[in-house]
Amino acid sequence: MTAALDVRLGTVWKKPPFIKKRSTRILILVMVVIYVFMATIGTRGVANYLAVFGIVEEGFKFGVVDRYLTGIDVNWSRIQRGMARGMQFIGGFFHPDFNTHWVDIKQGMYESVVMTIASTVVGIAISIPIALGAARNIAPLPVYLICRFIITISRALNELIVAIILVAILGFGPLAGFITLSFATIGFLAKLLAEEIEDMNKVQAEAVESTGANWLQRVNFGVQPQVMPRLIGLSMYRLDINFRESAVLGLVGAGGIGATLNTAFDRYEFSTVAAILLIIIGTVMVLEYLSGIIRARIK
Amino acid sequence: MLQLNGLTKVYSTGDKALSDVTLTIPNGQVLALIGPSGAGKSTLIRCINRLVEPTSGSAILDDINITTLGAGGLRKQRRRMGMIFQEYALVERLTVMENVLSGRLGYVGFWRSFLRKFPQSDVDAAYRLLDRVGLLEMADKRADELSGGQRQRVGICRALIQDPSLLLVDEPTASLDPKTSRQIMRLICELCEERGLAAIINIHDVALAQMFVERVVGLESGKVVFDGGPDELTPEVLTQIYGEEDWEATIEAVDEEDNEGADA
Repeated sequence: MTAALDVRLGTVWKKPPFIKKRSTRILILVMVVIYVFMATIGTRGVANYLAVFGIVEEGFKFGVVDRYLTGIDVNWSRIQRGMARGMQFIGGFFHPDFNTHWVDIKQGMYESVVMTIASTVVGIAISIPIALGAARNIAPLPVYLICRFIITISRALNELIVAIILVAILGFGPLAGFITLSFATIGFLAKLLAEEIEDMNKVQAEAVESTGANWLQRVNFGVQPQVMPRLIGLSMYRLDINFRESAVLGLVGAGGIGATLNTAFDRYEFSTVAAILLIIIGTVMVLEYLSGIIRARIK
Repeated sequence: MLQLNGLTKVYSTGDKALSDVTLTIPNGQVLALIGPSGAGKSTLIRCINRLVEPTSGSAILDDINITTLGAGGLRKQRRRMGMIFQEYALVERLTVMENVLSGRLGYVGFWRSFLRKFPQSDVDAAYRLLDRVGLLEMADKRADELSGGQRQRVGICRALIQDPSLLLVDEPTASLDPKTSRQIMRLICELCEERGLAAIINIHDVALAQMFVERVVGLESGKVVFDGGPDELTPEVLTQIYGEEDWEATIEAVDEEDNEGADA
């Protein structure tokens, strides 16, 4: 037995802490507690609480900090009024009305389905070459930077913002929705596919390269088989997302079931709203089930 | 004939993996490259077909300087150098046949390979090779359904269908059991003899190397420290390559294996 072992035997073993200095650890912990407290309850919450016990006057302010550390303001009377409307809305689910506006719902669903499928197919078709360009292990640096830039733009611009701009340019209707969703699909699919390509088994692609294959052949034989299951899974998921997004985009005039939903909201027809939401939920569930089956079959 | 002249590789991290390696490998010679992990064996053979770009020096295959070739010229020369990998490096989701035929990618155009419409001569060659290694019935199985030894046989077929004049073999037996290891080594050496192929085989199993090859090169810290016949590997030489250890046992084991190895 060595002397070094002798010293260690019988001593308690603990995982070394992530932050080594004890005082730093405590300081960070205290700051986190203060931050969470200030962000949620805030100075106004504290002031209100103290006022209940008569320690400070009603409407007391903590000087300058009060402007920044107010926390989340909760307006209880507004919530009370809103609850009634909320209950009315939820009540709609107990007697959903499919009949009154069935023609509109059918038309909206048709538009949404067309928009979803078209935008997913077009989006994927554009995403694949961009994903290949955005994978650092197979693309040269200039191509990589361009493709990453396109992806970043697509991800930075939220669907709603793009849709609002496109509705302004193209007018109301599913065309704006179709282009918006195709554009959004690029940011999602190209990014995740590129990451999958970067994570692939390098040696398999190297083996194909070592036979004298050209770039396209290397992608076709060395890369594609490795990322195909993931590509199919992501595509199914994106189909699902695009359908749900199509319901939201209708709210800003980009057509589809969302437009029908928006009209029903505007007319306070909560039974019709409930019917539409139930149809959306049902469709998403069917898509989820289908993608489960497909993904289980592809390994 | 392959000539390496002062081949040197310094990685961007500053590690000098190869320093001034000069070797001449005549046609049809099978050479084992031995040395400890990290000695630069893998780097050396990857510098020959430029999966790794050498920093300086040259690799000349039959009067063509591979190190200075452009992309197109390099692809053309890579067809003449078949490579066999440590972890088989088969594309696992492709079939055995697709894996073997991928060895012809340097010869066929993109659309032909994309549609898997390889020339009949290539298909026949693939069937012949699979039959030679005993895997004809597995042609349409997916590569990931095979065992380790079977996968390495497919890897050998993929390298040979290139119709190469040189085989670069990177630790072919590292993930295989002792018996399969010998079978694979024997297969590689037999095929090299049948076809008059030169081969560089990276291997860290010294005993196995001694059993099958005619020439052994020892690499240590990127430098050639030994070059000679398998029976010249004395304990002193092994100590020089690998460091201090009791080598008598290893060498004795080889002698025994030599006697009963023929029927394995």
